Amino acid sequence: MYNFSYHKPSRLEEAVEILSSTEDAKILAGGQTLIATMKLRLAGPSDLVDLGEIAELKAILKKENNIVIGSMTTHADVAGSEIIKKQIPSLAHLASEIGDQMVRNVGTIGGSVANNDPAADYPAAVLGLGAKVITNTREISGDDFFTGMYETCLLPDEIITSIVFPIPTRSSYIKFKNPASRYAIVGVMVAETHNSVRVAVTGAGSSVFRVKAFEDALGTNFSSNSIANLKVPHDDLTEDMHASSFYRAHLVNIMAQKAVATAK
Amino acid sequence: MSVSISFKINGEQKVSEIRENTLLVDFIRDSLKLTGTHIGCDTAQCGACTVHMNGKAVKSCNVLAAQVDDADIVTIEGIASTDGEMHPMQEAFRSHHGLQCGFCTPGMIMSALDLAGRNSSLDEATIREGLEGNLCRCTGYHNIVAAVKSGALNMSKNTK
Ligand SMILES: Cc1cc2nc3c(=O)[nH]c(=O)nc-3n(C[C@H](O)[C@H](O)[C@H](O)COP(=O)(O)OP(=O)(O)OC[C@H]3O[C@@H](n4cnc5c(N)ncnc54)[C@H](O)[C@@H]3O)c2cc1C
Ligand code: FES
Ligand code: FES
Repeated sequence: MYNFSYHKPSRLEEAVEILSSTEDAKILAGGQTLIATMKLRLAGPSDLVDLGEIAELKAILKKENNIVIGSMTTHADVAGSEIIKKQIPSLAHLASEIGDQMVRNVGTIGGSVANNDPAADYPAAVLGLGAKVITNTREISGDDFFTGMYETCLLPDEIITSIVFPIPTRSSYIKFKNPASRYAIVGVMVAETHNSVRVAVTGAGSSVFRVKAFEDALGTNFSSNSIANLKVPHDDLTEDMHASSFYRAHLVNIMAQKAVATAK
Repeated sequence: MSVSISFKINGEQKVSEIRENTLLVDFIRDSLKLTGTHIGCDTAQCGACTVHMNGKAVKSCNVLAAQVDDADIVTIEGIASTDGEMHPMQEAFRSHHGLQCGFCTPGMIMSALDLAGRNSSLDEATIREGLEGNLCRCTGYHNIVAAVKSGALNMSKNTK
């Protein structure tokens, strides 16, 4: 790993200040992705700005009809949160299935969303639950946030401060996981609110996406039967050593049906 | 370049000067000379480097030493009692033959302690899921699962 200067500000403003005044600084959250990248010398930032001391980024709270999760909240804290388990059980369940306990003890929701790994779980929750990503400068709708493989619309010195999840009437996340890494080969979040149904898929393509045909069918009749015969085109889906694009297309349908059947 | 970190290691308060790019596992092994924490993969896959940071299991090959400033670190060397009597979880691994070469064992035990701390009752499925982040190339896991079950039970008896 190349060396770097290390900063651990205790206030958000300080972090913003260091990021904007340094040429090649990077944010360090849980480090579960970034440290590995730096060890491989695929990243060599001049400075690391560790957000671990900024208390305001760690809160979980219910605000009107939303659950607001600070960006530095660990996967283990989301999985174990009583408010989240009660209000959005699918989200607590999703967090409980990320990697293993050691990864969940340090990895954060902000880091996962910013990283936008094509097989990561949280992007499906942000898109599927219709969440908003809040940064130090603006609010970004989940529909606009993810722009491509490992790409988001975040600017280089922009910091995610929290994610705001509207509480759905029912939802479920089902993942067909890679048995070694636990990343999603295909993961599907289905969520129903009083006026719409959203279906978001991770693992199957270069970035998380919604399935309009499923959403329309479920909007009319929220039952797994209503999507059982709807095929997802496989042409744009990922094809790799873990699964063919045909198989992924099949899994999208099956995982979506399971999610509908288990939504609560 | 260097930074100063102040931390607790196995109950003892210490201050060290480190290079920023030092990994926690290298710091523990090379500077603190606590070589019970192993490096199996160095890529956050195998769990041999598992230690506790503020009471929670982490893979020390995937954490910077700089991140543990003000933290409380416990390694496998810190869990037996001071008179040398093994921790109930260590004793369970011994009596259930939960190890062969022993390379994975320190990490297994540190993960098992995190798991036992979070669950009052441990069934086989919970143990297997809880040890997802730890690989063993020798035992086939069967005796590890038995050891964790019995170790956790003895821990809960000891606190009653
Ligand atoms: C063994 C293993 C298994 C895993 N399995 C899974 C899995 O099954 N599913 C899954 O989804 N993930 C999995 N992960 C990834 C894990 O969830 C990571 O924790 C996550 O992807 C990154 O979060 P982090 O907090 O560690 O971020 P870091 O590694 O610290 O940062 C990642 C990137 O995001 C940027 N960043 C971090 N925080 C912010 C912020 N607040 N604002 C703006 N940018 C920010 C950083 O600069 C960096 O570029 C696994 C990881 C490992 C090591
Ligand atoms: S050495 Fe850290 S997980 Fe393998
Ligand atoms: S006992 Fe040899 S690796 Fe587990």
